[in-house]
This record gives sequence, structure tokens and C-alpha cells, in this order.
Amino acid sequence: MSTNKSNTLSRRAFIRNSSLAGGGMVIGFNLLQSCKPKVIAEPAIDLASLDYNDFNAFIKISDNGAVTIYSPNPEIGQGVKTSMPMIIAEELDVAWRDVYVEQGILDTENYQRQVAGGSQSIRFGWDALRQTGAKAKHMLVSAAATRWGVDPSECSVSEGVITNAAGESLGYGDVVNEAALLEIPEDVPLKDPKDYKIMGKDASNVDIGKIVTGKPLFGLDYKADGMVYAAVLRPPSFGQKLVSFDDTDARAMPGVIDVVTIGEKVRALLEEDPGFASKISSSDKVVVVAESTWQAMKAKEAVKAVWEDESKVESTEEHDKILNDLLDGNNFNTMRSDGNIKKAFAEADETLERTYESPFLPHNCMEPMNFFANVTDEKVHLVGPIQTPAWKAGLVSKMLGREEKDILLEMTRMGGGFGRRLYGDFVIEAAEISDKIKKPVKVVYSREDDMEDGIYRMAIKYRIKAGIKDGKITAYHLKEAAVNDNMYGLIPNFFPAGAVENYQVDAASYNSNITTGAWRAPYTNFLAYAEQSFFDELAEMMEVDKIQLRLDLLDKVKPEEDERIQYSPDRMKEVIKTAVDKSGWGTKPKHVYQGFVNYYCHNTHVAEVADVEIENGQPVVKKITCVVDCGIVVNPMGALNQIEGGVIDGVGHSMYGELQFKDGKPTANNFDRYRLIRMKEAPIVETHFIQNDLSPTGLGEPTLPPAGGAVANAFKAATGNRLYQQPFTKTPELLKVPEKEIIG
Amino acid sequence: MPTYQIKVNGESRSVDVAEDTPVLWVLRDHLDLVGTKYGCGIGQCGACTVHVDGTAMRSCSLTLSKIDGKSITTIEGLSENGTHPVQEAWKEVDVPQCGYCQAGQIMTASAFLENNPNPSEEDVNNAMHGNICRCASYSRIRKAVMIAAENMD
Repeated sequence: MSTNKSNTLSRRAFIRNSSLAGGGMVIGFNLLQSCKPKVIAEPAIDLASLDYNDFNAFIKISDNGAVTIYSPNPEIGQGVKTSMPMIIAEELDVAWRDVYVEQGILDTENYQRQVAGGSQSIRFGWDALRQTGAKAKHMLVSAAATRWGVDPSECSVSEGVITNAAGESLGYGDVVNEAALLEIPEDVPLKDPKDYKIMGKDASNVDIGKIVTGKPLFGLDYKADGMVYAAVLRPPSFGQKLVSFDDTDARAMPGVIDVVTIGEKVRALLEEDPGFASKISSSDKVVVVAESTWQAMKAKEAVKAVWEDESKVESTEEHDKILNDLLDGNNFNTMRSDGNIKKAFAEADETLERTYESPFLPHNCMEPMNFFANVTDEKVHLVGPIQTPAWKAGLVSKMLGREEKDILLEMTRMGGGFGRRLYGDFVIEAAEISDKIKKPVKVVYSREDDMEDGIYRMAIKYRIKAGIKDGKITAYHLKEAAVNDNMYGLIPNFFPAGAVENYQVDAASYNSNITTGAWRAPYTNFLAYAEQSFFDELAEMMEVDKIQLRLDLLDKVKPEEDERIQYSPDRMKEVIKTAVDKSGWGTKPKHVYQGFVNYYCHNTHVAEVADVEIENGQPVVKKITCVVDCGIVVNPMGALNQIEGGVIDGVGHSMYGELQFKDGKPTANNFDRYRLIRMKEAPIVETHFIQNDLSPTGLGEPTLPPAGGAVANAFKAATGNRLYQQPFTKTPELLKVPEKEIIG
Repeated sequence: MPTYQIKVNGESRSVDVAEDTPVLWVLRDHLDLVGTKYGCGIGQCGACTVHVDGTAMRSCSLTLSKIDGKSITTIEGLSENGTHPVQEAWKEVDVPQCGYCQAGQIMTASAFLENNPNPSEEDVNNAMHGNICRCASYSRIRKAVMIAAENMD
């Protein structure tokens, strides 16, 4: 957990160049992976003329002192385009205001893990990003010291200016020529967190100026010469495939260039890579190519297609029954088993068993799915919003039989991701279409396409049972029944693993033809609510203090004796105690009902307390107090935004989020029939960070899962009703306060 | 296709489009003003909000015949250099996460404040309720609108 871990940066991971046109000099540093030093043909300080094919680096310093830092990871709104460069700039010791940030392109040779997902960008990048900055600084200081004929230890740096003991100063730009010729240091000291000047201070989103003035930033904004637009008619129901179509009317519409089908290449790809089959339809699809977005979307509606059922078209009602049967059955995969739950339940004085239910959820990124592709004999140019650029470049390379070096993938800023843009089925489509029509093309989803052709959060049910003996929890059994996929392997080792002697996690799944995948904080986005509602109810049954119950359980956890356990009972206890203190737990006036939750996921410890009041006979979430231990907070301003957004998103989806299926088709396809949380329903979020110098962990996901549980527990306090089903508005009768209890 | 003369951000522009083309797509595809965003196409999310003679309207649900003789302002034309008090407040508070809905939020807020220079928080909640932010940056939107209100007079 120390911040000063040794690094594994390869010496060769730095690019140097001394042949800058116009007498300038660029020193470029590539992160992490070893790479062959490259000679840049004609590098230039002018960012606009930079040839991204030839040069990908984390830092460039020109001889005028300008500093450009490339942010390698995709930006989906989680803030890494700001926070990752901040980490480099801190160790480089330049002023943040002098740094220009550019989005790096996909470059598997020079960058590692160019992925937006799992709240892991900062955690994985932490050591390497700091080393990159520190090594560059070391070389620059050495160059200045050599020029002065002094020892580098006699020099100090402030905001890109090196000063010696005699008071002479040189800017980074003055010595970058010499610095680039120096040996790259093996190991350099990193700053003590108490000396941080950039990290820990508020920094605005680096794209803020462009966002508030409407500059082209997103995939849907991207344009290229000769680009046409494609709207894709996909099977209306999951389980269907195309039989035939009539495009006569569509072709007669204004702006329509062509109507083609795709699918052949995807099917060939799926033969080779069957793993992707659960993320994309193998049916033929009808593609309307037009001069503008509107023309493509309108003409798509005019295509008359005939579809047939290829496999069973499914409905929510059936899923409900199937998941219940799975929970009642014996067809489980045991993911963790400690002690003997069977024996413990047999010997228990009393038991509590509850079942929790969740629906399918669409991601509903505000920017609908889209991607640009231009497949030519020379190269495959892909541009757009994608959380997993390397994976998609690999699939396109396979599908088109092209070498990966022929593929240039540029990531745009993304209008939300939430897991949907991990899959990139739209990238595959765009590439197949461009290959077929031999034109640069942008695939555009309508909102209806986006909601109907999703890769959804699957419906899941949890059944939790606890056994109590002599006033102690002696057994805990968590069963998961899910559509398509079960929880990943880390989750069974989350709390209360290690806290209960007899503990077992079992999982079962049903294979559906509805495409499903990760949705912000996969599995825990629902499990946290189930588990923490269960503990709330358990404490009531045991007639013990809800906080003390959690603290006592945490006392039993010994991660040093079980390497599978990654959560820290001490850090968890601290967030719990801080939340009790900051939320005024138990000290609120009578009309404020509180619900308590603590949770660990994505390496971050969180506690949340919901404050609920009664308005017009209904409980209303007024405030969530959120306590977070994510180690060092790189950018407090960005961190708070993630936390507030995660909490409100968690409240919103547990309250309102639900996508039902009938005959293989979602019953909602736009925001008129799908409710997202809006301004008036958004509670105040009050955040408190645990202050420490531990290595930072991510914030894109971990505050979302606990929010639903905090709301459910507070609603129980307010209404007397336990909520076992999400969304909570699905059972309006449980959201009513008994008349006699309404105060005022 | 008919030719329409429309006034956008103070300039007269000529476009050849089918008459049912929503203003949103005229702006984005024909006039290269991509700051106005597509979110739902049915006037439910507010991402496409523009000003029509100063009134906030959903450009996805507006056809050219409905704006004949009227003046449109998009996010690109809200101020000279991004210095409208609402834009300044958005920067001060650092509102956006993904940023996609924010042009629509800013256009809704700026039109609202023109008519309600001294709003209460409740007024702001009501005014902004029609604009979805999927990242849920609602707390900051609320705060930024209140700051902009103070700086607008």
C-alpha cells in the first residue's frame, strides 16, 4: 500500500529524439512496456501537425518549455483525461496550468491497458505514471547540473524551472536538448505525498472549455471527407433473424445512397472468436446508407423486413420463473465455501432467509452508440467512443483479415459508457459496412436502436440465508441466479467472507439469447443492496445495534490469514465510524429516517447513509452522506463529481430502472417509457474522504452499489416496509406511509 | 428538396433539406454545428435544446417551417468566447462528467435565467427537470445555475 513502490519501467520505455524540425526538441517518454526507440521523421511542436502514427508518448517538452501530456486511457466521463496527466505532471514538477493534455490513440506497443472499466485506470497507472514524470524530471535536472558544472543534488525545481545553489535558473525548455541525450535513469526517488503541489488540489476537467462551447469532442460529432451515414435495421426481437426485405420505398427516399446487408463477416468472425457471440447478433442486418443522419434513420423505417424466430423469443415473465427455479434447485457452482453451512444451519437457534430481485437494465448512455470506419486498401481507420480499443482493433483485424498494424483507432471523448462501450459491437458493424460499401461511414444508432439493441445488465436474483446461534451469526449462504453470467471470482471474497465461520457462495445461470454484459459496477450494483438490506433486517431480528453488528463482524476478518480477502476490515471500520459521525446517525429529528450501508468493491471502501423524509405520504430521499476511502485523492474536484454521480445514479436506478421483455423485445425504447432520475429527484450528496497516503483506487463505480441499499434501509425506517425488489417504484404499495404515522 | 433560409447565431444560412428534417439534424449535419446534441429525438431528454427567439426549445422536435423568420441560438453562439455567465459558472463548478448533455443543460439554464433572474433552488429544480444527465451531475448543475443567476445582473 505504500506510495513509493519500486517501479518496473523499462529503460527502453523512453523515446528520445533530437532531430526536431525548426531547431526545436522533443523528449518523449513512453509508459510501461518496453518499446523500440523510434526515430521520428519530422516531429513538430505544432500539435495539429503531429503525426500520431509515428509518435505516441506520455510527455513532450519543446524547447520553448511547452509541455504536452498524452492521456492514454479512454475518457467516458470518469475524469482520467484530467487525473492521469496530473499524476505525471506532479512528478515532472511543472505547473498544471502549463500542461496541455491530448488524448493518446490506441497504441498497444507503447501503452498498457488502454481500457476504461472496472475503476482501475488510476490504480493500475499509479506507479508507472509517477515514474514517467520523475524520470523525465531527473534527466532535465541532470542536464542543467552538467551545464552549470554542479551536482544535481544542488539543484531544485519549481514549476518547470531548475535553480542551482548560486541562484541561477534554467527552464525545462532550455535544457531539453541536452536532457534527451542523457542516459535514462534506472531508479529515481518519488515525491513524498506531503510535497504534492498538483495532486490533492482541485483541477477542472481538461475539456471543460470545449464542452461548454459545444466543440466537436464526441464520436457523434466526428466528420471526415466523403463520410456517409448508416442506420442499421437489426432483428426486432432477440432470437430472430432476417428472412427477406423490401427496400423499394427506402431507396426512393431523399439522400439514400445504398441499401446493403451485413452479417457474413460477423458470422465468420464468430466462428473464429465464439466468445464474442454473446455480444452481437449473427443475423443479417439491413443497412441504409445515406447522405445525412436523418435521411438514414427515416429511410431505415421505410425498409420492410421479414424476420423469423431462430431460437425462442423470451419474456420477463419466463425469466422470473426460471430464476426462481434456479434458486430453488441444486444446480449451483460453489464459488467459495468455508466451514459447513449445512451443519451450522441445522444447529442454529433461528434463521433468516430472504430473496431479492432485479430487472434487466439498459445503459442509456446519453450519446447513443456510433462509430466511424474507413476501410481502404492502405489502412483501416476507426474513430469513436470505445472503452476497449485494443480488443476491438483485434476483432476488426481478424474479421477483415488485416494486420493489426494496418488499423488506426482513435478514441473520442465518450458521452457516457457505463459498460455498454466495453463491447463495441457497433465498431464491428461499422467496419463491415465500410468494407462493403468502400466508403468512410458513420454508424448511428437512434435512441430506440440504442435501447432495443443493448448489451444489458442481466436480471439477477439473490437468496441470502443466515443462521444465528447464541446471539451470533454462525452461517451465511448467498445464492445467485442470473441470466447468462454469474458474478466474477473476486465477489465471493467480499464482506462478509472471513467474518462468518460457515460461509458459502453459490451461483447458477440460465443461458438466454438476450445480449448481456457489464453495467457500471457489475453484480455489486445489485448485490450491495441485497446484502446490506439483509444485514439491516438481520440486526432487527437479532435485536442488536445495526452498526455494532457490522463492526463486530469486521473484527473477525483476518486478511493476513486469507489472501483471497482484499478488503480491509480496518479501513471498512473507519468509513463506518466516520459515516456514523458525519451523518448524525441516530441523532436526527423524528421526521428524518435514516438507512445505513457499508460496502467494498473496485478496491474502494465506502459507507453511505440515506436521509429520507415523508412528503405527501411518501418517502423521499433528501440526502446521502457518503464516506469514501480511496487512498490518495488525485483530483478532489473530479473525485467529488464521480462520487455524487455514482450515488445519484445508484439511487435513480434502484428507484426507477427496469427494462422488461415481451416476446424477445424490450417493452420500452425511449425516455418516454423508461424513467431515469432527474433533477427534482436527485438528493443532496455530502462526501467525506478518509485522509491517508495509501495508493489511490478508482471512483467511477464504488459509490453506486451501496446507494440502493441505503435508500431501501431508510425507506424501511420510514414506512415499515422492507423492499425486496428493484426498482422500488415497482411496488408502490410499499412506498406508502401508514396514515397514522404521518407527522405534520 | 426545398431551400430554407434560416438565421443561426446571427448569421443567415441557406440549407437544402426535406421539409420534415428536424432543426437538430440541420444544425449538426448541414451546418456543422455539432454542439447541439442528439439524445432521444422525441423531446424527452433536452440534449438538443436551442434558443428560438430566446426561448429554450427542443431542436429534435422542431421542423424548419416552425422557425420561419425566427432566430436560432445554439451553444456555439451563446457567447463570443464561452464567457456567458452560465458557461462561466459551469467552468467554475466544473459541472460535466462525460459532458454530452451539458450544451442542452446550459441552453435551458441560460434561457430560464433571462426570464427568472433571481430563482430559488426549487425554481431551478423545476426549470432543469426536463434535461437528463445520465452521469447525474445534477448537484453541480443546480449549483452552477445559482451562481450564474448571481452573476447575470
